[in-house]
Amino acid sequence: MDEILEILEGNARITAEGLAKLVHRRPQEVKRAIKQYEKKGIIVKYKAMINKEKLRSERPVIALIEVKVTPQKDVGFDDIAQRIYRFPEVKSCYLLSGTYDLLLVVEGKDIHTVASFVAEKLAPLSSVKGTVSHFMLKKYKEDGVVLVKEERNKRLAITY
Amino acid sequence: MISKRVQKIPPSGIRAFFDLVLGMPEVISLGVGEPDFVTPWRIREKAVTALEEGYTSYTSNKGLKVLRYNISSYLKRRYSLKYDPEEEILITVGVSEGLDLALRAIINPRDLVIVVSPHYVAYPALAELAGAKVVYLETSFESNFKIDPAKLSKLMKLNPKAIILNYPANPTGVTYSKKELEHISRIIGRKDTVVITDEIYHDLTYEGIHTPFSSLGKMKKKTILLNGFSKGHAMTGFRIGFACGPKDIIGAMAKIHSFCMLCAPIVSQLAAIEALRSHNEVASMRREYKRRRDFIVKELNRIGLTTPKPEGAFYCFPSIDKTGFNSLDFAKKLLTEEKVAVVPGEAFGKAYNKFVRISYANTLENLQEAVVRMERFIKNRC
Repeated sequence: MDEILEILEGNARITAEGLAKLVHRRPQEVKRAIKQYEKKGIIVKYKAMINKEKLRSERPVIALIEVKVTPQKDVGFDDIAQRIYRFPEVKSCYLLSGTYDLLLVVEGKDIHTVASFVAEKLAPLSSVKGTVSHFMLKKYKEDGVVLVKEERNKRLAITY
Repeated sequence: MISKRVQKIPPSGIRAFFDLVLGMPEVISLGVGEPDFVTPWRIREKAVTALEEGYTSYTSNKGLKVLRYNISSYLKRRYSLKYDPEEEILITVGVSEGLDLALRAIINPRDLVIVVSPHYVAYPALAELAGAKVVYLETSFESNFKIDPAKLSKLMKLNPKAIILNYPANPTGVTYSKKELEHISRIIGRKDTVVITDEIYHDLTYEGIHTPFSSLGKMKKKTILLNGFSKGHAMTGFRIGFACGPKDIIGAMAKIHSFCMLCAPIVSQLAAIEALRSHNEVASMRREYKRRRDFIVKELNRIGLTTPKPEGAFYCFPSIDKTGFNSLDFAKKLLTEEKVAVVPGEAFGKAYNKFVRISYANTLENLQEAVVRMERFIKNRC
């Protein structure tokens, strides 16, 4: 992966000037490269990573839902996946190999919201053969970032 | 009550400065001589499991056989170096112990030992404790802190018992190409001088490839290769090093080691075995250090702290000559006014009080902030 992408993936807020210094290119060049990545859809979006565990009262309920579906002729899984991922409750949707087909990450303000989404929207779809919901109890690590206790290097501030 | 040998070793002039840094919270420290990475989890996990499984005993004096065999095959694979794991490899408690053993094994009273300067602080101290007289081979900023062959030839006429080479080097980051090393080996090769090489930073070589001194023609039989896991694998606290060399010297070193150390800690040895199973983390840490080096070197030169581009380790050794300060004053003022810690150059040799050592074993964010602060400091004070 291009170094520009690697650095942006870790810190989307770095300025073009800051990035230019790290990759030894002119800020103009870096800006141009970023524009290209955005245009091609390689850089999709810039967003903050929020530890919702710390939001306490507003902490949303998250469920991982396994969905078994009947694939359709010609379009395979894409059509049914689209029907499902268009619901705003569905934060992520993946097609998997194995005992079930789709894995959804569904978010709601409480357990009832998620449960009613499954019962009223998801399960009744004609292609859906079955669902298994797993409610998330705690997030330890997300996208390579540890969310619980930060691992800290305990080295002395000055040594030879 | 204290022995004359110990009394002769001068107290560190910058100890008080170190204490000042250690007592000050919120400092951005560019003064650390160890990786900012924590040991990769698979290695730590191995150590935890070893404890759970009851590995709490001594090992054989030379170190676990499996570790010695793995080191032997690693050196063969990577550098085509052949060391017999039974008689030519000794597991030590870090390179520091290896160095102490090497010197004690070969030095007779008043033997001369050449130390290339600026140097890591332990070299002259351990040589003197072993009874040697230290002769310094000074290098200069103008020659990018590389050994001047003419100066080396001159010192070799004194028939030194040993020379300590360290590359990639602390504090300058200097390393040598194979061609340069061959030149050096031809000069040293004419004498019976033992070459002690501290190659602990070999994994952190950014330009070209590292060449162990003992891999050069005819040098193996007179070289004691010291290396370990501290820097490349970010395992400083595990304290595992190894010494490779001719069997009579390794035997002599093992003899001292068996009395003063018995063996390196078993948990750390088991962790080192795990470390050798992969070099993926080393490669990714090296990439990160290289990125930081490129950044800091460019920025230091931009703000007027001229520095040659170091080719290895995680240090640079910029000149502070333009600021008018000596290195200790510079470091103290930078610390108190901008809360950035660097190590005064004089710690690495009296002649280097117009330099400071900057360690870039720190996050890019901290390095960026440190540059902003240093630039402000130079503008305000110089």
